[in-house]
Formats: sequence, C-alpha cells, structure tokens
Amino acid sequence: MTTRIGERLSYISGIGQSVVGRRTGLSEMELTMQSVQAAIADAGLQPDDIDGLSTYPGGGRGTASGGFGGPGPNDVIDALGLSVDWYSGGLDGAAQLQAVVNACMAIATGLSRHVLVYRTVTESSAQGSGGRAGIGSSGMGRGVPGPFQYLVPFGAMSAVDWLAYSAQYHFHHFGLTRESLGQIAMSNRRHAALNPKALLREPMTLDDYLGARMIAEPLCLYDCDLPCDGSTALVVSHTDTASDAAHVPVQIHAVGTAVRGRPSWDQWEDLATFPGRDPAAHLWERADLTPADVDVAQLYDGFSMITVLWLEALGFCPTGGAASFLEGGSRIALDGELPLNTSGGQLSAGRLHGFGLIHEAVLQLRGDGGDRQVGGRPEVAVVANGAGSTVGCMLLTRGLA
Amino acid sequence: MLPLRLRPFLDPDNQEYWTGGGDGRLHMHHCGDCGWWVHPAAPRCRRCRGANVSPEAVSGRGRVATFTVNHKAWIPGSEPYIIALVELNEQAGLFLTTNLVGIDGDDVILGMEVELVFEIVDGIYYPLFRPRQESP
Ligand SMILES: [Zn+2]
Repeated sequence: MTTRIGERLSYISGIGQSVVGRRTGLSEMELTMQSVQAAIADAGLQPDDIDGLSTYPGGGRGTASGGFGGPGPNDVIDALGLSVDWYSGGLDGAAQLQAVVNACMAIATGLSRHVLVYRTVTESSAQGSGGRAGIGSSGMGRGVPGPFQYLVPFGAMSAVDWLAYSAQYHFHHFGLTRESLGQIAMSNRRHAALNPKALLREPMTLDDYLGARMIAEPLCLYDCDLPCDGSTALVVSHTDTASDAAHVPVQIHAVGTAVRGRPSWDQWEDLATFPGRDPAAHLWERADLTPADVDVAQLYDGFSMITVLWLEALGFCPTGGAASFLEGGSRIALDGELPLNTSGGQLSAGRLHGFGLIHEAVLQLRGDGGDRQVGGRPEVAVVANGAGSTVGCMLLTRGLA
Repeated sequence: MLPLRLRPFLDPDNQEYWTGGGDGRLHMHHCGDCGWWVHPAAPRCRRCRGANVSPEAVSGRGRVATFTVNHKAWIPGSEPYIIALVELNEQAGLFLTTNLVGIDGDDVILGMEVELVFEIVDGIYYPLFRPRQESP
C-alpha cells in the first residue's frame, strides 16, 4: 500500500522579507508589501501570476491589537490588486506552518499553481515601551474562555510559564541544565553575528547568559525570543512549473501535522515530551528520509526550551538526550553535525514567528546563506514551528526528487 | 497572593468547577459510565465518548508534577510566585495548573504531596495547593 505524498507537488519558488527591526515605524501593510513583492520577484513571477494566497494567523490581529498578525488575506489581495482562485488565513492548525500546508493542499487539488504565503508581525511597534504582554492578558474583560481559563487566573500568563514546566521536568529527570539551554542561546547569537539583518549580534558568553534575569525558572531573559517588526513571504508553486524556476526548486518533501495526544499546553499526557512529538512522528512517516539525512535544522525557538523539545521529538537525540547532545555546543554549530537556527533564530534575529526559520531554510538549501552558509551544499532541511497547542514541521529538499 | 485573579468565563460546563467550592471541595467532571475524570470540564467523556458526565468532588490531594517560579510581573505589582502542575491522585494525567502556597519556591520538589486550599474572590473558588499536612 502506498500513500501519495501530495505535498511533493509543491516547491518554494520565491522568498522575500521586509525590513526587520524594533519599532520600525512602518505599517503592517508596508512591511507586508515589502515581503510579498520581494517574494514574487524572487520567484521570477509577476503579481498576475499569483493565483492563490495563504497566511497565518489571518486578519484582525494587527498592530492595533498587539501586532501578532499583519493584514488579513482580503486586505493584501486588495492592496496588491491580485486575482486569486483560492485564499485562506487562520490561526488553527499546524502552527505557523499551516499556512504553507494549506498552500500545498491548494496546489495538490488544482485550486492554485502559484500561492503567495506570508506572515507579518509588528509586536515591537505594538508593545511600544510598555514591555512584553502575556498571551492571556488582553481582551478578556468578560472572563477568560477556553483552555486559557485554567492557566491565566494563576498568573501563568505566557508560554514562557508553560515551557518552564517542561524545562523544570527535564532538569529534574534528564539532567538538562541552564548551561544546556545556554548553548542554544549562545550558538544562535554566534550565527546572528553573521546575519546582517539579525537584531542582536554582539557576542554572548556563558556568564552573560547565566547572569540574565529570571523570567520563569529555570528560563531567563535570554531563553526568550525578541519581539520585532517584520514580514516574511514565500511563493509556493506547483512542481510542473519548475522548469521555469528562477532558483533551484526547494521541494516540500513531507509535512507533519498530526495531533494524536491532547493538543494542549498543560494537559499533554507525557511531560517528558510535548505535542510536537505527533507532527514529528507524522513527518517521518511521510518522508523517504531519516533524521540522519538532515543537513540543517531550523527549529522553533520562541523559547530555547522549545528547541530542546523539537530536537528530541524529531529524533536528533533521544527523549531526555538533549543535555548531552548540546554539551559544548559543537554539534549545533555551522560546522557541526546538525547546524541549528543558522540565522540566529528568533532568540537573536528576531521573533519573525516561524516564517523567519522557513526563509532561512530556503536560503541555506539554495546556498545563499552568505557568511553563515553551511558548508557541503546542504540538501535537506527541517523546519519546526510552534509548541503546546499548535505544532507542525516540514522537510525541505534542494531540487525535485 | 496575586494582586489580581482574572476570572474565568462561566458557562454550563465549567460553572460547578469554578463556583461549587462552598462545601470545601473541588468538583470536576466525572464519567458515570466508565469512571474517567474529564478535565477541562466538557459535556462528553473523552475516553468512552458518553454523555453521562457530571461534576463530582475530588479528594483534593495530588503531587507536584512540575512547576516554575514566575519572576516576570505579568500582573503589575506581583512578587515572584509559584505556578505548579499538580497531578491529582484520582487519575494518572489528571493535571491542574495552580499556585502553590505556604512554601518557598526553593523548597518545592517534583513529586511532593500537596492538598487543595481555595482562594475565593468574587464567588470564584480558585483551587490552590499547599504542602500536604499530616492527617490526624
Ligand atoms: Zn466515560
């Protein structure tokens, strides 16, 4: 019995990114236009070639309401004068990657041939000088609904609190340490120093890391990503257009979207793992490749602990094995066995919220990583997005299989 | 302990959980057919899918599965406080996020026994936990 892996009909033909910064003063639409126009041009296409559009998290979450999401699909279609046969935007699904998965499905069904996919954040402008807010802190005047009602009344306001649960459990049971987490923060910072667009590029020592203020024990400030303004866009195209591609096609080899355990921040049954375990398993079920084939990894680092959980879930080390995998940091360096978050990730390059990691994976597979290019012509990249109640991952290859 | 307790949005499913503590006990949805405890409160049993679920009192005893000491003042004016995931004795994986009271963050250890103590604000019975006292 064979299952057709429909996402392999899709490849990433173009990428684009806006200015990235803190309090850029640019509107969410301006940032979005920068990224989507760059992506269309990068694909060698014209706006009139775009016949589909997909975004995360959809409209209604722009700067005025916290900057978590940019303009919605209708606004972008209208602003760019697009004519599309299909479009989609939404928050639910396989984390930010769901926007890419939806594009693949539109291509596999024949609804679209060139899908514009984008993600915009203006969290830096939105927070102004007021500091970072927790997820549960706004818009709940009539009381907190849904699963957050069991978290935020206890001051568990932010994902950092929920990830601290996992960190504490790993510290206690598996010998993970602050030094282990610090390897991710320091490695990302080393990579950011080679990325001109990264927001934090000064070297970080272990003493710097250990001296940072606590946010939610054992996670400190440098375990948390950096809110920013920016927009990232892709063009996802049907493989039957690849002969016209402007760049080497980056094929979507497999996606992981499954939910098999409880899709929750605090009801997941197995505290040694996290809900990313399911899409990770799903990914490998759909792939012709194994973890050993991966040349470069872009694993979500909204908090460093999430990266630990993805490393284990995807099988780069066993559950509980991240402490030894990360020891000394050499395995995750640019010349290590698994170069990790090569742009500096969200911890140092800025919280582009999943899409920065996709963008970087494509750059690396094209060989366009500049000073931070991984050697040896990487052929396979894995991207993971999200944690808790929203998780997804995908495997990308250079060229079409 | 926290300068502000955000309120849950009450509906027919969660009403008893949040407001039913007048007898000193926490009431959670329980399946009358297969015996499963259902949390968060929902009108179907997630094990047998039956509709015969209704609130019943739990013992209020459990263990600390994991925890954090939160330092960031998400709520203006808050001092560092302990957020814990407590696994109730009734069922493996029956987790509640809560605050630990009556103990310093440095003294919390995973697996320690805890028991329920309510903090009541405007009719909402917030289930908090403290180290288990010796029973008489
Ligand atoms: Zn049942």
